[in-house]
Amino acid sequence: MKQVWTREEMAQKVAARMKDGYYVNLGIGMPTIIPNYFSKDTTIVLQSESGTLGYGARAKPEDPNYDPDIGDAGSAPLLVKPGMSIIDSAACFAMMRGGHLDMTVLGALQVSEEGDLANWKMPTKKVGSMGGAMDLAAGAKTVVVMMEHALKDGTPKIVKKCTYPITGLKCVDVIVSELAVMEVTDKGIVVKEMAPGYTLADIQAVTEPQLIAA
Amino acid sequence: MAIDKVVGSIEEAIADIKDGATIMFGGFTGMGVPAGLLIGIKNKGIKNLTVICNDGTGKWTSPIDVNMLVEAGQCKKIIASFVVLASPKQITATERKVLEGTLELESVPQGTLAERIRIGGAGIGGFYTPTGVGTLIEEGKEKRVIDGREMLLELPLRADFACIKAHKADKFGNLVYHGTARNFNPVMATAAKTVIAEVDEIVEIGELHYDFIHTPGIYVTRIVKSPGKVAGDLK
Repeated sequence: MKQVWTREEMAQKVAARMKDGYYVNLGIGMPTIIPNYFSKDTTIVLQSESGTLGYGARAKPEDPNYDPDIGDAGSAPLLVKPGMSIIDSAACFAMMRGGHLDMTVLGALQVSEEGDLANWKMPTKKVGSMGGAMDLAAGAKTVVVMMEHALKDGTPKIVKKCTYPITGLKCVDVIVSELAVMEVTDKGIVVKEMAPGYTLADIQAVTEPQLIAA
Repeated sequence: MAIDKVVGSIEEAIADIKDGATIMFGGFTGMGVPAGLLIGIKNKGIKNLTVICNDGTGKWTSPIDVNMLVEAGQCKKIIASFVVLASPKQITATERKVLEGTLELESVPQGTLAERIRIGGAGIGGFYTPTGVGTLIEEGKEKRVIDGREMLLELPLRADFACIKAHKADKFGNLVYHGTARNFNPVMATAAKTVIAEVDEIVEIGELHYDFIHTPGIYVTRIVKSPGKVAGDLK
C-alpha cells in the first residue's frame, strides 16, 4: 500500500542527515519541527537569523524562564540553553556567509535539476522579500530543501529550469519531500529513498526532470 | 567624564528629525524595536522618509514597526529585507503602497543589508559577495569572479539618523543589549550621523563593566528612556 511520509517522518529523514557536532540553521515553517528528532547521542548546534547560536527548544509563555527578547527567525520565543551565545546581525550573517554552518534546511517553491532554488517570491506578486534565504543558500555548506513534492494539482515543483524568481544558483544538495529523499548530483537528481509502496515511476510522474535510481 | 547625553522625552529626542530624512530603525520581528521613537515619529507626522530596516510587516510579526509609518504615508522609500509576505492573502502596507506607486522598495538580502550598514559605519567603500548572484537583485551591479566564484559588488548604507533600542545605557551612551533584541541595533549605531538610543534603563557612568559594553558611547548622540513595554515591541 502506498503511504506518503508525514511531516514528522520528513523531519526524521532530514535529522538523520545531521552528523554529531553539526552547526545548523533551520528555516521557518516545516523545518522548525526537526529538533524533535535529533538523536540523544548527537549534539546539533542551532543558529538563527535573529542572532543566536546554540539555542534551546521553543518557549511557552508559562515557562519559568520565558523571555520575549529571545526568539528565532520567525519571532517564536526560545528557551536559553547552556552555552548559547547572542550575536548582532552583521556577525550572525558573517557566520552564515563565511561558510561556518554545516547545513541549512529551507522550504522551496521550485528546485531545478541543477539545484537552483526558488523560494522567496511568488511570480504572482509584483514585489517580494527574501529575508535571509539568499544568504543561507549562498553560504551554508549543505542546503537541504524540505517541501511538498508537487503542487496540489500535481504540477511539479522539481523542474528542469526554475520559472519562479531565483534565490540561489546550484545550491541545493538534498531534497526531502513526502515521497522521496533525493540528492542533487552532477548527473542529475538521484532518488535515495522512497515512501512506502512508491515506485520510481510514481515519483517521476510528478517530477519534471528525469530522475536517477540510486 | 562629565558627558550626559540623556534627554527627557521622546519629543526632545526626535526634535531635529525633519521631512525627507533617511532613518535606520533597529529591530528584528518585534524584538529590539525602538517603539517609543517610532510612535513619536508617527505622531509628529514627519514625511518623505527613506527608511532602512530589516523587517516591517505589521500585525503579522509586530504591531509596532516600520509598517506603521508606511501605512501612514510617511515614507517615500524603504530599504529592507523582509517587508512583503509570500502569501497572496497577506498584504503588508509596503506591498500595497508599492503597487499604488507611492512607495519605492529596495529588497536587500538580510546579510547583505547588515554588511552594507556595517561597512557604512566602518568607512569601507564596498564589498563583493556571492549572495544574490543569478537573482533579481544582481541587476545593475558590478559582477566579478573572485577565487573562482561569481560575486556582486554591494555598496555601503548610511543614514541621517539611527533610531535604536538597547536594554541599558550609561549617561555617556555606552550600550548593552539583551537577548536577540540586539540584532541590527549595534551596526546601525555606527552608520548614522545622529544616533538616538531608546533604552529600558539608564545608569551612571562607570556602572556598566567595560568588558561587557556592546556599543561604545562614541557612536551614540542621545539617550532617551523608553516609555515602557509597548504592546508589539516585546511580544
